[in-house]
Amino acid sequence: MAIEVLTDKAAGAIATVTIGATKAEGGTRESVVTVGGETCLPFHLKEGVMPHPPVIAMEICDRAKTDWPPEIERVFGARLKDPPAWAEACEKQYGAQAICLRLLGAHSDYGNNSADDCVSTVREVLSATTVPLIIVGPGQKDKDNEIMPACSQAAKGEKCLLGSATQDNYKTLAASCLADGHSIIGESPIDINIAKQVNILISEMGLPPGRIVMDPTVGAVGYGIEYAYSIMERGRLAALGGDKMMAMPVICFVGKEAWRAKEAKVDQSEAPAWGPAMERGILWEAMTATVLLIAGADILVMRHPDAVEKVRGVIGELLGK
Amino acid sequence: MALSGLDIYKLLPKTNCKECGKPTCLAFAMALAQKKAELSQCPHVSDQAKEALGAASAPPIRLVTIGEGENKLEIGNETVLFRHEATFFHPTGLAVTLSDSLDGTALARRIEAVKALRFDRVGRSVRVEMLFVRNDSGDAGKFLAAAKAAAGSGLLVILASEDPAAMEKAARESGAKKPLLYAATPANANGMAAVAKATGCPVVAKAPPDKLVDLTAALNAAGIKDIVLDPEFRRLDECLWAQTQIRRLALRRTFRPLGYPVIAFTSSTDPARAALQAAVLMAKYAAIVVLEAVEPWACLPLITWRLNVYTDPQKPIQVEPKLYEVGAVSPDSPVLVTTNFSLTYFTVEGEVEASRVPSYIVVVNTDGTSVLTAWAAEKFTADSIAKAVRESGVESRVRKKRLVIPGGVAVLSGKLEEALPGWKICVGPREAVGIPSYLKNVWPSL
Ligand code: SF4
Repeated sequence: MAIEVLTDKAAGAIATVTIGATKAEGGTRESVVTVGGETCLPFHLKEGVMPHPPVIAMEICDRAKTDWPPEIERVFGARLKDPPAWAEACEKQYGAQAICLRLLGAHSDYGNNSADDCVSTVREVLSATTVPLIIVGPGQKDKDNEIMPACSQAAKGEKCLLGSATQDNYKTLAASCLADGHSIIGESPIDINIAKQVNILISEMGLPPGRIVMDPTVGAVGYGIEYAYSIMERGRLAALGGDKMMAMPVICFVGKEAWRAKEAKVDQSEAPAWGPAMERGILWEAMTATVLLIAGADILVMRHPDAVEKVRGVIGELLGK
Repeated sequence: MALSGLDIYKLLPKTNCKECGKPTCLAFAMALAQKKAELSQCPHVSDQAKEALGAASAPPIRLVTIGEGENKLEIGNETVLFRHEATFFHPTGLAVTLSDSLDGTALARRIEAVKALRFDRVGRSVRVEMLFVRNDSGDAGKFLAAAKAAAGSGLLVILASEDPAAMEKAARESGAKKPLLYAATPANANGMAAVAKATGCPVVAKAPPDKLVDLTAALNAAGIKDIVLDPEFRRLDECLWAQTQIRRLALRRTFRPLGYPVIAFTSSTDPARAALQAAVLMAKYAAIVVLEAVEPWACLPLITWRLNVYTDPQKPIQVEPKLYEVGAVSPDSPVLVTTNFSLTYFTVEGEVEASRVPSYIVVVNTDGTSVLTAWAAEKFTADSIAKAVRESGVESRVRKKRLVIPGGVAVLSGKLEEALPGWKICVGPREAVGIPSYLKNVWPSL
């Protein structure tokens, strides 16, 4: 008996966003990444297209953070205090398609770095790498507004992705992105209405859909991922249904959340029933990423190279490769 | 899809006798379609019509039960494609393979390894609940022996053999309670249907999608209703699409031949990769996932994800901002403060519970955001915390006025001490995981 095939045709497509600029395009990158363009739910390739497979960026931090999980320490060692070397390893050794630099050191609790400090880190990382750069501020309103315009200017022409604009603080960052040719991350606190509102606010500042990426705020497996999962699914369904203000690609800060989970860090001696911490931590990050892929992630920002590799494998499988 | 009023009308006596309380049979049919009347209100309806209408009101995906008693597993009877539309109701069953080619010691060791896949999470015990006993040996005696060992473990059992004779022996003699029989195929459908009928066990229909429809029809004709589908895809992309199609057909078309839960298999021999495949299969509608992996580090995240995806999304994301007591509190108990994001609160509560130090937790209304998000958004400030502490009434209940704040907001200490005269502000750990050691080692000396 022949079975009916139920295909859902999308009324709208996700916008495409390109990050990075080559020399010919006014930057210094040797490769660029493009995300978005989907006309179907994630990996539903028989009813639409995913012209740009999800991208994995690897996250590095300025020197500020010290309490890294043992597994991250083991992999990166002294490079955790050396952003350009760390970034270079992510690109050259581990195949990161983009680097995400988190400027945590500008946070008042983490060293209160000045705009000049941040700019020099951005410059160092740019010159140590050839892939596109994502730059994220400390998430503290005043400090973000102090350092991000300077970083934006320093990276002018590189077509970076800068974050994060929020409902209460988007004007400064949006103005910088507009002036210096970058794209922007709009962040919302696991709330679909606020996500849309942030997109609208940023759009009203003059940034086109092709330069906006959404951060819905995700949790790790076991730590609220189901909220993000459903918000992302709803957002993607709305976008495919034709809502242009939800049709921006989605970025998920996976590594930052996954490595906070107790299950990713606790040593086997403390939890004998859980097995070795190394495999567990890596899988915690990889599973968090995998689940978010199914919900509609376009850019995964990850930390551990083995987790990155596993997720790359899953993406290949899901694409039928 | 439910029958329309006209479909129902065709099945009624069409005499308009009004005994149902409606003026005409058609009016009664319309009321039935809108679920505003019960079929039993018409005394003249034929048995044939009753059966047709009864079947139409059955859920679009059949509920199938494996095992008996407290440990039984119910799968199927799902009503939505996306969990935000309602919820996913019956969590995916997890099975680990057990080959009957293993010798006695190896068999016992593997069963023990699966039994150990049991974890506590937020006060709930969760586990891998099934063994997939596979007749690799081709020998009915070995299959029975492995099935017996599996049944004796207290885990639920899936019996996997395509030989009806071996299956019958294992189903009858192993002692397994209502095992799932894997599988009826187009080649053995009659024999396997007879075993399922005789033993009352649910059975898997295994065939490619185009043949699956005929297979379930054949099983139905043999009187078998408790069916699980295996559309025989093993590639992840194909499973995702096939399982989505089956769920759509069942829910949008009430397509009965495929209105059953689905069993899926991970294909990778790498435990991490298999766990990732299983996570995808679970998100996209597998009612049972079979794994080779017995590594606890691979199963823990998977079981956790299962809890997450089957959590009712209607459940509020916030807890009530007020004073909570964990354990038998006394005037000497510590006072901790956190936000009203339910996940943050339950994580803190879980760790306090694990510490076995009875404590008070003051929950500040941060509109359901986590500590750092709330702090950055100025919803978790010295003022809002001070206000919550004062309004909670905890002040009159403790002797030591020491307030433990999350380490991530250590900067608030100074202002908080000004805002809460008489209190000493103590900076707790940055992450909730540090709470037990803090309460046991640091708190007593404060
Ligand atoms: S009781 Fe039955 S036969 Fe009589 S009017 Fe109602 S539906 Fe028709």
